[in-house]
Amino acid sequence: MINLKIDGKSVSVPAGSTVLEAARALNITIPTLCHLDLHDTKMVNKAASCRVCVVEVKGRRNLAPACATPVFEGMEVITNNIRVMEARRIVMELLISDHPKDCLSCRKAGNCELQDLSELLSLRGHSISGESVSTYKKDITPSLIRDMDKCIMCRRCETMCNEVQTVGALSGINRGFNAVVSSAFELPMDETVCTHCGQCVAVCPTGALTENDHSLKVYEALADPGKTVIVQTAPAVRVALGEAFGEEPGSIMTGKMVAALKHMGFDYVFDTNFSADLTIMEEGAELLDRLDKFLNHQDTKALPILTSCCPAWVNFIESQFPELIHIPSSAKSPQQMFGSIAKSYFAEKLGIDRKNLVVVSLMPCLAKKQEAHMEQYSVDGNQDVDLVITTREFANMIRQMNINIHELPDMEYDDPLGISTGAGMIFGSTGGVIEAAVRTAYELKTKHPLEKIEFEQLRGFEGVRLGHVDVDGFTLNIGIAHGLGNARSLLEEVRDGNPREIHAIEVMACPGGCIGGAGQPYHHGNSDILKARQKAIYEIDKNSKLRKSHENPAIIELYKTFLGEPLGERAHQLLHTHYYVKEKV
Amino acid sequence: MAKCATTDQFKELDEFIDALPTKKGELIRVLHHAQNTYGYLPKELQVHIAKKMGVSTAKVFGVVSFYSFFSMEPKGEYDISICLGTACYVRGADKIVQEFKNELGIEVGETTADGKFSLSALRCVGACGLAPVVLVNGKVYGRVTEAEVKGIVDEYRHKD
Repeated sequence: MINLKIDGKSVSVPAGSTVLEAARALNITIPTLCHLDLHDTKMVNKAASCRVCVVEVKGRRNLAPACATPVFEGMEVITNNIRVMEARRIVMELLISDHPKDCLSCRKAGNCELQDLSELLSLRGHSISGESVSTYKKDITPSLIRDMDKCIMCRRCETMCNEVQTVGALSGINRGFNAVVSSAFELPMDETVCTHCGQCVAVCPTGALTENDHSLKVYEALADPGKTVIVQTAPAVRVALGEAFGEEPGSIMTGKMVAALKHMGFDYVFDTNFSADLTIMEEGAELLDRLDKFLNHQDTKALPILTSCCPAWVNFIESQFPELIHIPSSAKSPQQMFGSIAKSYFAEKLGIDRKNLVVVSLMPCLAKKQEAHMEQYSVDGNQDVDLVITTREFANMIRQMNINIHELPDMEYDDPLGISTGAGMIFGSTGGVIEAAVRTAYELKTKHPLEKIEFEQLRGFEGVRLGHVDVDGFTLNIGIAHGLGNARSLLEEVRDGNPREIHAIEVMACPGGCIGGAGQPYHHGNSDILKARQKAIYEIDKNSKLRKSHENPAIIELYKTFLGEPLGERAHQLLHTHYYVKEKV
Repeated sequence: MAKCATTDQFKELDEFIDALPTKKGELIRVLHHAQNTYGYLPKELQVHIAKKMGVSTAKVFGVVSFYSFFSMEPKGEYDISICLGTACYVRGADKIVQEFKNELGIEVGETTADGKFSLSALRCVGACGLAPVVLVNGKVYGRVTEAEVKGIVDEYRHKD
C-alpha cells in the first residue's frame, strides 16, 4: 500500500492507483471530463486530454492530471487551491472557446457534462474567443447524429468503439486544429463498419454524438386522424424508465409506462415481449431442426446456431465475420416480427390498409432505429416498423405532455399482441434469449415439462459465459457474450475450430444486454444501475403466470388462425430474413 | 475496394509485413515502406494494410492523416518538400514555398500535369542548423534562398 496525503487528509491505496482514485477513497471530488471508468466492462478512458482534473503535487513544478498521475509514497496533493482552480477555469475556457454556444437548443442540453462543469466552475461570459473552425458537416444516420463541432476530443467514443466493442469505426484523425474523431476516410458512418450499437452516444459527454430523435414524428402520427397508431414496448424499457423520474434503478414501471402511452393517445399498446415469444417459437424450432440435422450427421455444420435478435450484433457479423454468415438463426428480431405481424395479421383484423397503421417501437436501443429503416423490412416503401423512440426520448415526451407518471394508475397491455410470458421478458438481459429458447426447445424436444424453469447458470454479468443443458441425453453447450468485444472473442473461438464444441450462442451487443442499451437513461459508467435493471427483469419473469413462450395463448391462436406451423411457409415469409456479407471499412 | 485483398497487387508489401518479427507497433514502419514502394497511400492500400495488420481502417487513416509525410495523392517523379518547422519558418521558408509555387505553377499538395514534380510541406526534419531546408526525394538542400529555387528545379527538370 502507498501512503499519501490529499488536502491534508491521509490515505493508503494500492500501488499503481491514480491520484483520482485515491481522492475518491477519501470522498474528495475532483472534477473530470474526459475520464470515464466503466468498471465491469473493463473500460477506462484516461486520455488525460482535457486537463480539467489538474491538481498540485508538492515538489512538482507543473500541475498534474489526477486521472493519469500514479501515487507515490509520501506524496502530498492539493486539489483546491487558487492556482488549481484558476488552471481549471482556463482549461474550461479554452475548451469552450470554439465550442458552439447553442446550448438552449442542443440535443444534449440538461445531460451535458461540459455544461455541468461550466456551471460548477462558474464560467461567466467568454473571455477567450478564438477562431471557430466548422469544417465538419453533420453526419446523420437513421440511428445517430454526429456533430463534430461539439466534440471536445475526450476520445471516450473511440475507446468504447475500439477497446470495448472492438468495432473500429472511429479514430482520431488529422492534427492540430483540424484534429477530430472520425471514420476511415471521413466516410458517413452508414458506409463504415459502424454497427449502430450507439455505445459511443451513451458515453459522449457533449452533444457531439446523439440519437436521431423520432419523437416529433410520433406526435405528428398521433395527431393524424387518418392513422391508427400502435406501439410495442421492449422488455428493458420498463425497468429503466423510472430512473428518468427519480425512481430507484430497477424500479418496475410496466403499468405506469402502459398508462402513459395510452394517455398520449396510442390506439393500442402492445408488447415486444409478445413477439419475443414468437421469436422463440421460430428460433426454438430452428434450433431443434438444426440439432436434429447435427445429431443425424446429416449436416455437421448445422450447429452452432447464433441468436439474431440484436441488430447491432447482426451488423457486426455481416461486416466482420463473413466466414460465419451462415450460422445466425434466420429468425427476424422481435421488433421486426412485431412489425411484420402488426401490418399483416393485425391490420387485417382491424380491416385497415397497412399504410394507415403506424407502428411505433419503444426501445432501449439505437440500432433498432437503423434496423427498422432497412430495405428488407418494408413492403412497397412502407416500413413494418415506422418509428422508433428510445427510453430517453419517451421520458422527454412524458415531460413535454405534462404527464405526471407517478400519479398514473397502472394499466394493462391490449389484446392480442400485448399478451406475453416471462420468457419474452428476459430477452432484455444478457443470457435471457437463450434461456427462453432452452425453456421451449427442451419441452418440445423431450415432450415433458421442465422441473426447474430457471437456468441460473446462463445468468450473470461475466462478459463471456458457458453453460450446459441436458436435452434428452444430449449435452447442449451454450455460449453467451455481451458487449461486442466479448462477442468477438467468442466468435473467433468458434471460427478457429470451436474447441469447446459450443452448439448455441447468444450475443447482445451492449454491455449487460438491452438493459445497457444506448437509448436508456444515461448510467454514466455506474454498473450497479445495470445490475439493478437486470434484477428487475428476472423479478418480472418470476412473477409471471406464464413463463414459457409456447404456452402463450395469443401465440397459439396466431399460429392456429394465421401462421400455420413454426418454420412453415407463411412463417418463413413473414418472420424470417437473410444476411448479407457487407464489405465495409 | 475489397478486391485488392484477394489479388497479389500488394505482394511486395505483404512479403515485407510477413517478414516482420511482430506486427504490434509496426504500423508506421509498414506505412513508410508502402509509401516508398507505391509512391502514395490510396484508400484501397490503406484498407489492405489494415486487414493485413489486424487493425481498423479508421486507425490506419488516423495515422496517415496525422503525419504530413504520408500522402494519399500520387506524388510526382520528384517530390519537393519544404520544411515549415519553426526554425525554417522564421528563416523565411514561407517565401521559399511561394517561389516553388511560382516556378512550378502548383499549390502545396499538388503534382504537376506532366507528373514530374510534386510539392509538399514538412514539419521539422531535425536539421534546424541548415534552415531553411528543402528536400528533393530525400536529398537535403540547406540554407536555401529564393534565388536558388529555380536552379534546384532545373537540376531535375532535364533529368530523365
